[in-house]
Amino acid sequence: MKLKLYISAMMLILLAGLVPVSAMAEENKEAGAAATSAPAAPAAPVAAAAPAASEAPTAAPAAEPATPPDVKPVLNTGDTAWMLVSSALVLLMIPGLALFYGGMVRQKNVLSTMMHSFVAMGIVGVQWAIIGYSLAFGPDIGGGLLGNFSKFMLHGLIIMKDAATGTVDWALFQNYTKEPGAIPELVFAMYQAMFAMITVALISGALAERVKFSAYCLFVLLWTTLVYDPLAHWVWMTEGWLFKKGALDFAGGTVVHLSSGISALAFLIFLGKRHGFPQERMAPHNLPLTMLGVGLLWFGWFGFNAGSAIVGVNTSDAAGGLAGLAFATTTIAPAAAGLSWMIAEWIHSGKPSALGFGSGVVAGLVVITPAAGFVQPGAALLMGLAAGLVCYGGILLKAKLKYDDSLDAFGVHGIGGTFGAILTGVFATVGATGLLAGNAKQLMIQLIAVVAAGSYAFIVTLGISFVLDKTIGLRVDKEDEIMGLDQTQHSESGYNM
Amino acid sequence: MKLIEAIIKPFKLDEVKDALNEIGIEGITVSEVKGYGRQKGHTELYRGAEYVVDFIPKIKLEIVVSDELVNKVVETIQNTAKTGRIGDGKIFIIPLEEAIRIRTGEKGSEAI
Repeated sequence: MKLKLYISAMMLILLAGLVPVSAMAEENKEAGAAATSAPAAPAAPVAAAAPAASEAPTAAPAAEPATPPDVKPVLNTGDTAWMLVSSALVLLMIPGLALFYGGMVRQKNVLSTMMHSFVAMGIVGVQWAIIGYSLAFGPDIGGGLLGNFSKFMLHGLIIMKDAATGTVDWALFQNYTKEPGAIPELVFAMYQAMFAMITVALISGALAERVKFSAYCLFVLLWTTLVYDPLAHWVWMTEGWLFKKGALDFAGGTVVHLSSGISALAFLIFLGKRHGFPQERMAPHNLPLTMLGVGLLWFGWFGFNAGSAIVGVNTSDAAGGLAGLAFATTTIAPAAAGLSWMIAEWIHSGKPSALGFGSGVVAGLVVITPAAGFVQPGAALLMGLAAGLVCYGGILLKAKLKYDDSLDAFGVHGIGGTFGAILTGVFATVGATGLLAGNAKQLMIQLIAVVAAGSYAFIVTLGISFVLDKTIGLRVDKEDEIMGLDQTQHSESGYNM
Repeated sequence: MKLIEAIIKPFKLDEVKDALNEIGIEGITVSEVKGYGRQKGHTELYRGAEYVVDFIPKIKLEIVVSDELVNKVVETIQNTAKTGRIGDGKIFIIPLEEAIRIRTGEKGSEAI
């Protein structure tokens, strides 16, 4: 026992020793970037970017560069190929989430829990095509609050040139008007659809083993329309009010994780604890499924984070250095977080658990999500180490406070998303600057975004939950809950072996 | 006739079965059970939630023997199933009223 303590302490000290090492590695941003980047695809920080098509002089870092002219979008097949793959990767995260959550509940509720993720794919998939995409990414109706209905049923994404012959043109999504690289807007819309699907599915973690399926389905539809679509608009559209304020969210720390985590908390107020919680034994019934889920989530997350380079600052390259950076941070942070959670648990509880390592990995992924393309690998390492420790602490807090966030939707996603969004304001050095780069204002903006998004999500979810609770009711009957939701909600049994 | 019920540690099953076969017992019924006596359970920890697991997996053997064989069988089981550590199990001897072979209808000592 003492030997294990000592080894863990030594590892922690070694990891802590990496802090000054990684800090030193951050220097020489400008010189390093110029030496390694190809002329056509600069991925250098803010001041040095010089697109090939522009005629503006390459400015010295301190001076304001002359604004290059707008260029027309040109379809980039490399970017399009990558975004198609990224979209599929993000979709894979939802069955991954189903496995992750499903393995953690009791056997009698495994199918019900997995259905929460799967049915979200169905409901949001349809809603997104009909109005979701338009509300989130359509032209602004005013104030940067919401998109209009002009892209209802993805109208305008396929341009009919000659109906008689079926000749069409494809609307293009060009992220940065000073660079020509573009992908079909259809691909962009589908990429974003996957984000919408998984965000609402994350909330189901708090509702497991007692929520009524019909109420959940209605909740999914209402939440994605009233909470997710506006938030995506605020943070990721150029007219969005939080985007205009300068809030940084690379792939969804606020839009996805904070919003779902805090909404889970709001729903819990009306839902209540599971029958028998916390005295009754509610151990995970199939942790191998959970670990498989972690693996699929990590794999898919590369699409989630690295694919978000498509909306990177001042760049039209989806597949390029920025995606490479996001890929790197999405490797390093969860690896570090898995270790730090595991070590913390080893020291605190005596044994390193598989569930602990897997949870740590997910915490690291969540925390790096808003920062993936804004921070460098050294910062990603630190954020990952911190993520494991902070989210582990969040879990312990939940055990002490005894509220029933069954699968830690708030503990990991809510806390992790908030933590990551704030740390982005500290560590940002690529495409934006944070506290450590001398820009203290960014941290304030991040805090504003976190509070704005968090309170909006919380209040609207309170409203939705209240209405659903008073109309159709949120919970199954006590007898049904005891018998199990697979049987009583779905007439099925997970394992008939 | 007697019904001998033996609760033993699961990893001892093969040893006990082979030893019983050697003394001429040709049929036993085995079930997987849970229980505890003086052997305590353990705790499991899942994300901060602690669970005490009281029950320990065991194997229950049921053997029907004629009265003359009872002592031999009990002795065999005791010798092979024993490890010397807490949790080795127990043997119960229950008087049996009748035994019937389904296929032929034989009764009593013909049936076992």
